[in-house]
Amino acid sequence: MEQQLPAFIVGAPLLFSVIVPILGRKWRQSAFVISVATVAVAAVASALSLERVLRDGTFRYYLGGWEPPVGIEWVIDEVAAVVSLVVTSVSLLVLVSTRRWAEREAGDRPGVFYGLVLLLLAGLTGIVITGDLFNLFVFLEIASLAAYALVFIGGRRAMLAGFRYLIIGSIGGAFYLLGVGFIYFATGTLNMIEARQLLVEAESTRAVQVGAVFIFTGLGLKMALVPMHLWLPDAYEHAPSSVNSLIAPVMTKVAAYAMLRMFLSVFPPGYLSGAVPVADALLILGLVGIVFGSVAAAGQTDIRRMLAYSSISQLAFIAVGIGLGTPLALAAALLHVVNHAAMKATLFLATASVRFRVGLQRTHNLAGLGPRMPLTMGAFAVGSVAMVGIPPTAGFFSKWYMVQAGVDQGQWVVVVVVLLSSLLTAVYLFKVLEQVYLRPAKPEPSAHHDDEHDSPVDSAPQPAEQEAIRPVVERAREAPWDIWVPLVLLAAATVILGVFNVVIMEHVLLPGVEVS
Amino acid sequence: MSETTASALPLAAVLVPVGAAMLASLTTGRWPNLRDAWATLAGIAMVAITVVMLTDTLDGRIHRTVLLELSPGIDIALRADPAGMIFGLLVSVLWVLAGVYAVGYMRGEHEQKQTRFFTAFALSIATVAGVALAENLLTFVLFYELLSLFTYPLVTHRETETALVAGRKYLAYTLSGGLMLIGATAWLHVLGVDATFQAGGFLDGAGLDSATQWGLFVLLAGGVGVKAGVMPLHSWLPSAMVAPTPVSALLHAVAVVKAGVFGMVRVGVFVFGAALLDDMGAWLVLAVMSAGTLLIASILALRHDNLKRRLAYSTISHLSYIVLGVALIGPLALTGALLHIVGHGVTKITLFFVAGAIHVRTHKENVSDLDGIGRQMPITMGSFALASLSMVGIPPFILFTSKLYLGWGAVEVGQQVFLIVYLVSGLLAAGYLFPIVIRAFLRSSPDHTRYGEADVRMVAPIAVTAILALVWGIAPDLPLGFFELASTVADAAFPQSVALAGGTP
Repeated sequence: MEQQLPAFIVGAPLLFSVIVPILGRKWRQSAFVISVATVAVAAVASALSLERVLRDGTFRYYLGGWEPPVGIEWVIDEVAAVVSLVVTSVSLLVLVSTRRWAEREAGDRPGVFYGLVLLLLAGLTGIVITGDLFNLFVFLEIASLAAYALVFIGGRRAMLAGFRYLIIGSIGGAFYLLGVGFIYFATGTLNMIEARQLLVEAESTRAVQVGAVFIFTGLGLKMALVPMHLWLPDAYEHAPSSVNSLIAPVMTKVAAYAMLRMFLSVFPPGYLSGAVPVADALLILGLVGIVFGSVAAAGQTDIRRMLAYSSISQLAFIAVGIGLGTPLALAAALLHVVNHAAMKATLFLATASVRFRVGLQRTHNLAGLGPRMPLTMGAFAVGSVAMVGIPPTAGFFSKWYMVQAGVDQGQWVVVVVVLLSSLLTAVYLFKVLEQVYLRPAKPEPSAHHDDEHDSPVDSAPQPAEQEAIRPVVERAREAPWDIWVPLVLLAAATVILGVFNVVIMEHVLLPGVEVS
Repeated sequence: MSETTASALPLAAVLVPVGAAMLASLTTGRWPNLRDAWATLAGIAMVAITVVMLTDTLDGRIHRTVLLELSPGIDIALRADPAGMIFGLLVSVLWVLAGVYAVGYMRGEHEQKQTRFFTAFALSIATVAGVALAENLLTFVLFYELLSLFTYPLVTHRETETALVAGRKYLAYTLSGGLMLIGATAWLHVLGVDATFQAGGFLDGAGLDSATQWGLFVLLAGGVGVKAGVMPLHSWLPSAMVAPTPVSALLHAVAVVKAGVFGMVRVGVFVFGAALLDDMGAWLVLAVMSAGTLLIASILALRHDNLKRRLAYSTISHLSYIVLGVALIGPLALTGALLHIVGHGVTKITLFFVAGAIHVRTHKENVSDLDGIGRQMPITMGSFALASLSMVGIPPFILFTSKLYLGWGAVEVGQQVFLIVYLVSGLLAAGYLFPIVIRAFLRSSPDHTRYGEADVRMVAPIAVTAILALVWGIAPDLPLGFFELASTVADAAFPQSVALAGGTP
């Protein structure tokens, strides 16, 4: 049984992604229930895997019983287990919290919607635990295709954004595949561990170097590394609320994880800083991205777009950690993968909750919401503080370890930029908090800038839901409990992850990056 | 010499205000009397806790709480050491008084959102207690950052455009300061230095090269220098005066800025230590900057007509008294600096309380409008006069005692020029405070409105703090042992000159 855990993590969502649409046609309510149950199973399986890894060390799962090099192997080490736990549990909370949005946005085909969500999750967890380069590509494409389809649900503007996402995402996938091809030609294997051993022995040939560049370009596109980020803001802004709360916290993070996996398990240390300075490129693009993302976020008026640019900045932070490449830096990057998933999920869910009640998303229209939606906005505030990195919240500690790694390597630019990013984050998030808590509610949403569509009507409620949506802030009230409970849990997680970060760092992340 | 005992009391000192904040926010404006009582009750509990710890600290038994590991190898640890106790005692005593005063003020001014105010106020006090009792640099940074966060809603309380702008400026300054500290703390951790505060300095003998020492010094001193209002990092402070007066009084005259200067004491004495500051020559940088601040701020105070702004510049000036006292690296100067933390706290809070009381009664903010106010609010303005005497350094007020030690300390280390700085600044203080007293008592009121004293909840704290400034001046050990604590710190920091520091004036 215990040996089969990986099958539950990836297999359960994959299997039910097919079953849910079929059942959903006949019994609409079943789609949500089955999906949540499936994701819960995957989360529990991830937790059990983590427990087992901590007890017995890394374990492997041979797909269909075929051992490598013939078959595909899934490898669950500390890092994979913890990231998979984060992906599944954050998704679980998001799914519960966005149920009402999904009902509204998925229209009369909830089965298809939830089927795609499960497909997305199967892809993401697959990326996390696979130990095979080509298998990773397969899961990457599964996740991406599901994500394109989910973005398309958002309506006409989302079509365009989703199309761009699709094109760029496919190019990213193709680059990655091409890179894997080069590695395969050079080593004759697709298994990560074997490839690594062969690469250690073999000299750094031009073919491998080219392969590395392709892989990093491909994954860089997927993780929206500046200047390959152009698809992300539109996709996040126009995607339906039930979708962007799901893909923003986990999707790009998993791409970043895949990038990290290349460093941990495929390319030997030092391999990527010699003839082909991939590590340096990541470092530089990361530093530029941190600043660019934050500055761009500060200029946004749409809160979802602001959070999208913020994600670009935070992903760049992870890239910096990978680029530094020391165990501490990698652990810090992984910690940020975990932390940012919780923080971004909090912020996006709070945004969705606000839109659910008042249908507004322009930052300057949110004035006065603080006292009227205390739990939602309280969670948003906690998430913001965590993003800024005030101790003892989670965001502080990723910065704290990253600064240490920077000092350790004598990379003073990293130290300065990482510290400065705190301040830049404060600029755009406190701008929102200032509106929410310190300004009086406006009687009507103001219609300057380009927000002719930022009216409560925009969210196009179903007629039955019309009652739930109050057009103006002054009459706003707290979201229903099934929206705010997961939200508050996530906000609490951002504090708990910070206070008990040592447990994660010492027992999971640091050993996880040392082993490889 | 001193032993540490595991105890929950330091933690309790931090948690009591947190509890008050929670209770206040749960009670809400539906039961305003109950809500506002929590702060006072918690204040009294906090005083009791600190006094219990004090007796043990004076006996050489240091209470210590270790909470949990915050980063591999670094605990959140609180410790009631003598230096921290000075600050902790001061804050808890003044919180009781400010708590009472705040009720009178907030109701008198009909301020909005009082629940948020009292909640944030109590949380700020909790973090100040944490700053005071932090045992190591990371714990210090943790509370220092939280302090910036919790005071932000207080600065912006009025929700006017000016308040919001002041709030942004406040955050930008204090968060930047915090980031410098974080950078330095991480750096120290990478260097493998155990950043537990230690009298005499944990960096002394750590074998760091000169560039590293200077880098750390700039980050640490700059980080705490922001809240200590050392020029050119001071400009948030006058802007923050837009906050309601109890905030200006307790936080921006006592708690927040004192967290800055207290941090300077920690950095100067417990991180670097006298010997290292002397070797590096860093003391001179600190001394020149603080001496400059001290004089410039005093001069700027002269030309501000707005009472609170004038007091703000006076605060900047007096904070640098303390920083200079630390920079002079002598036992007497350090004793004086620590006493000055107490003395300036209790004196300046009186002045701010008075400014608030005047505003509640008369809505006057400018010095030039205060003609004749003394005869109408005799207790209030009488307290103002007492506090002004203390500020200028007239015996037997507490600031005379502290300035005596500071000046004596300057002479002790052979830096007479700084003695002159102290004296000149004392004269300037007379220049910006005495005219107010003279106007209040000797001129007659232009409009013939008769204002009475403010609410008793405001007048009583004012009188108490003014009397404390006098009592502590005559007997600084009564009843809280401030002098004994200060000289204990000085003895520990300068073991070679115990005999000198033990002397009495």
